[in-house]
Amino acid sequence: MSTSSSSSSIKTSRWLAFHALLVFAFLYLPIAILILYSFNGQGVGGFPPRNLTLSWYRILFSDAPIWDSVLNSLLVAAAAMLIALLFGIPAALAVDRANFPGKALFRRLVLLPLILPGIITGLSLLMLFRVAEVKLSLLTIILGHGTALISVATTKVFAGLQKLNRAQEEASLDLGATYWQTFWRITVPNLKLSIIGAALLIFTLSMDEIAVSFFLIGRDNTLPLEIWGRLRRGITPEINAISTIIFMFSLLTIVVWYRLRTRAEVTPEIGAELVETAGRS
Amino acid sequence: MATTTEAGFTDKSKPDSTSLLSIRSVAKHFGKNIVLRDISLEIAEGEFLTILGESGSGKTTLLRILAGFEQPTSGEVWMQGERLDTQPPYRRRVNTVFQHYALFPHMTVEQNVGYGLQVAKRPAEEIKSRVAEALAKVKMSTFAKSKPSKISGGQQQRIALARALVNRPRLLLLDEPLSALDANLRREMQVELKALQREVGITFIFVTHDQEEAMVMSDRIALLRSGELEQVASPREIYHRPATSYTAQFIGHTNLLYADVRQGTAMCDRLVWPTSLPDGSALFSLRPECIRLARIAPPAIGSANPLSNIRFRATLRDQAFHGATDLLHVESDGGLILTIRIASHDLPNSKAPLEFEFSAADAIPVRDSDNKNEERR
Amino acid sequence: MFSRAYRAAITVPPLIWVAAFLLVPYLLMFCYSFWSVSESGIIIHTWSLNNYHELLTKPVYWQTLLRSMWIAARVTFFSMLLGYPLAYFLSLHAGSRKDLYYQLVIIPLWVSYLVRAYAWKTILGTDGVMNTLLQYVHLTSHPLDFLLYSPFAVVLTLTHIYTPFTFLPIYASLEHIPRNLVEASHDLGATPQQTFWRVIFPLSIPGVLAGATFAFVLSLGDFLAPLLLGGPSGIMISNIVVSLFGAAYNWPLGAAISLCMLVLVLALIFFSERLEKKWSFS
Repeated sequence: MSTSSSSSSIKTSRWLAFHALLVFAFLYLPIAILILYSFNGQGVGGFPPRNLTLSWYRILFSDAPIWDSVLNSLLVAAAAMLIALLFGIPAALAVDRANFPGKALFRRLVLLPLILPGIITGLSLLMLFRVAEVKLSLLTIILGHGTALISVATTKVFAGLQKLNRAQEEASLDLGATYWQTFWRITVPNLKLSIIGAALLIFTLSMDEIAVSFFLIGRDNTLPLEIWGRLRRGITPEINAISTIIFMFSLLTIVVWYRLRTRAEVTPEIGAELVETAGRS
Repeated sequence: MATTTEAGFTDKSKPDSTSLLSIRSVAKHFGKNIVLRDISLEIAEGEFLTILGESGSGKTTLLRILAGFEQPTSGEVWMQGERLDTQPPYRRRVNTVFQHYALFPHMTVEQNVGYGLQVAKRPAEEIKSRVAEALAKVKMSTFAKSKPSKISGGQQQRIALARALVNRPRLLLLDEPLSALDANLRREMQVELKALQREVGITFIFVTHDQEEAMVMSDRIALLRSGELEQVASPREIYHRPATSYTAQFIGHTNLLYADVRQGTAMCDRLVWPTSLPDGSALFSLRPECIRLARIAPPAIGSANPLSNIRFRATLRDQAFHGATDLLHVESDGGLILTIRIASHDLPNSKAPLEFEFSAADAIPVRDSDNKNEERR
Repeated sequence: MFSRAYRAAITVPPLIWVAAFLLVPYLLMFCYSFWSVSESGIIIHTWSLNNYHELLTKPVYWQTLLRSMWIAARVTFFSMLLGYPLAYFLSLHAGSRKDLYYQLVIIPLWVSYLVRAYAWKTILGTDGVMNTLLQYVHLTSHPLDFLLYSPFAVVLTLTHIYTPFTFLPIYASLEHIPRNLVEASHDLGATPQQTFWRVIFPLSIPGVLAGATFAFVLSLGDFLAPLLLGGPSGIMISNIVVSLFGAAYNWPLGAAISLCMLVLVLALIFFSERLEKKWSFS
């Protein structure tokens, strides 16, 4: 009986491995195609790819509107990151260690953009700016991204706080450090990894964000909106080329992040705690 | 409130010298949960006081109030004429050795010890020399550059101690600092800690749930039970003259004898002994080591003899070997189960009753802790 | 242990931000949904239930909503079908390669959503990779035209996008199951199948619920994949909202639909949370 059950478990294991292979193929197929066709001389589509060339990259590098939109996106991402951290870190601290009326509502509101479809966050802010008579511009996108991504900072930092031993902060106060000194000397260094992780994640998510930006856009495009505009006009491998470059940058970010983490000898799961917390928001 | 007045220890339990710290009617409620009620305690300069209690007795809360991490719901804490409980933790000349040490993992041992001086913005030279001195005092100089995660539990404990003492506090609070150490190291540290306290002369308030630890180290023990002080006295006094049945049971083993007192004689089953208590029912604590095997045949079994040496006959139920001593469980002729501690000794392996005796003076009258409300009325 | 000033300093700034940029906008959305718009395109601030009445009486709105929910349900189902066995394989069968595989699931998340949707478009189009490949190997002579501009394309793309999102919480919940429970089950004579259905699966339900909620809610509110790949038959409720806020210029009606979506989504999250609590035992 034990042999039959172990042979059936090996069989199960093989099936699972095969299934995993298929899922990975499904996940990576579009990415592979995307990269491959950025080198395709015949344009997007058409099998097999032929006339492999770098000309799309050459065209891309002399395409001023794309690079303007990249600069805009970088600006937006940096500013949104700053806002999200500036308000998200205190929000996490508040949820962890302060009691005030409406705390439950506050907690939910902060985390809501994480699980809500972007269209709702985008539209509700659009109405706010309309009523407040704020002209749509990069600034409104920054405010939108900042607001939506506070949830990421809060989630990550809150997860970090759960691991932080509160006795350390007490020890600091006990040794004569004020709250302010304790925050900078003990709290922040202990949360360093969570904060860096959150910052990287916020930056990348903002670079990619389109649903909220879609409604808050003024005259200047962010990169995803620039791509979106071009997709509607007809597609060229130039888009594959810029996507490939951004993908490579993202990969680089991941590698940097894992290096940092391994050095700190901790193994939180990037994104996982985020999704987990979002599910429980 | 269980003051010690009735048992007559009040005067001794008050410190002789002027007190350093004065806890006045402190109470702490967490919502409906009353953790501390009406605690008053004076602590003398240079004293080693242990707050002893089971988990949930409120001892850690009391310590946290002294450190400044909790605010008392009512009452005050004063330190030499200055109100302490309204001060934030960082303004108090009180330092704490935390239960799991709470060393900062991102700093070296040296940085940990120098932290308090650094946030106080002392000159670099002074920090350096005082840190070195503190590390030398706890024999950890060679580990100055290590990270806390790289040193053992006992070493971390020393660093936590150095980190607190380097600030020259008026009062050092220690929250079960030895509980994470294994038994041998623990005993070693008890002796070392006590010696260190004598050397630096700083007042220590030590929190523990371990009554043996409390006995070994303290000048005085404050026994806390469900948020109230059960008794405050020196270890010897608290052991030999427990005020309540709870104290008697919590500190060491004891036999509790429920007796009827009539005209200066206490009676419990067939045991009878003289007492000065008034008529009525009374409770006595009789330590197991106060009962001996009787050597000479008695004149009359079960009667009080004029020399206050009470003899009785009992059957051995159980004998447990504890090294130097044996612990016996016996049943007296009257059906009373008693615990007796005697020097390790092979008893005749028979069912025949044995003769035991104790002195009337060793039967200590105690208040019944389980019956507090009755007594208050 | 924290002073009043400290608690005020960490609470007040985020509270103000959240009130200004989340609470007020949601309330505005609520208000807008009762207003109306005049012929000349001016918002009329009188309160009525007209928008909601229109939603209930015009079939196009609730039919599209139902279609969106049907698409979202399929996306959720397929994401589960792909995500659960993958998570199970990684957590219990992948051994030392676990971390590597885990990263492999995460990496596609770093490729822009838009770009991945676009990649599917280049694959599924009439002259796309798939059709030309099929013709190249002579499996078909004519391009298959159901591939693009259909609900199929939308479901496929959204499944691709949300599979990692369903995977993550399921994997986390599987990882939290103490391994000695599995051993105990085997020790007590349960077969691997019995162990799965009686021990592992019940303990992973909170992760399943979180993942399913995520996939359903986010795909329900999607409007870019339908615009890009859906064609007329793949229109979803958010596309209607987008057009009401754009060319059709009826913000109040758009707000009413958004609010319905918001309520639906919040109700879903609420029930999923309830169930999760019921199924979490730690």
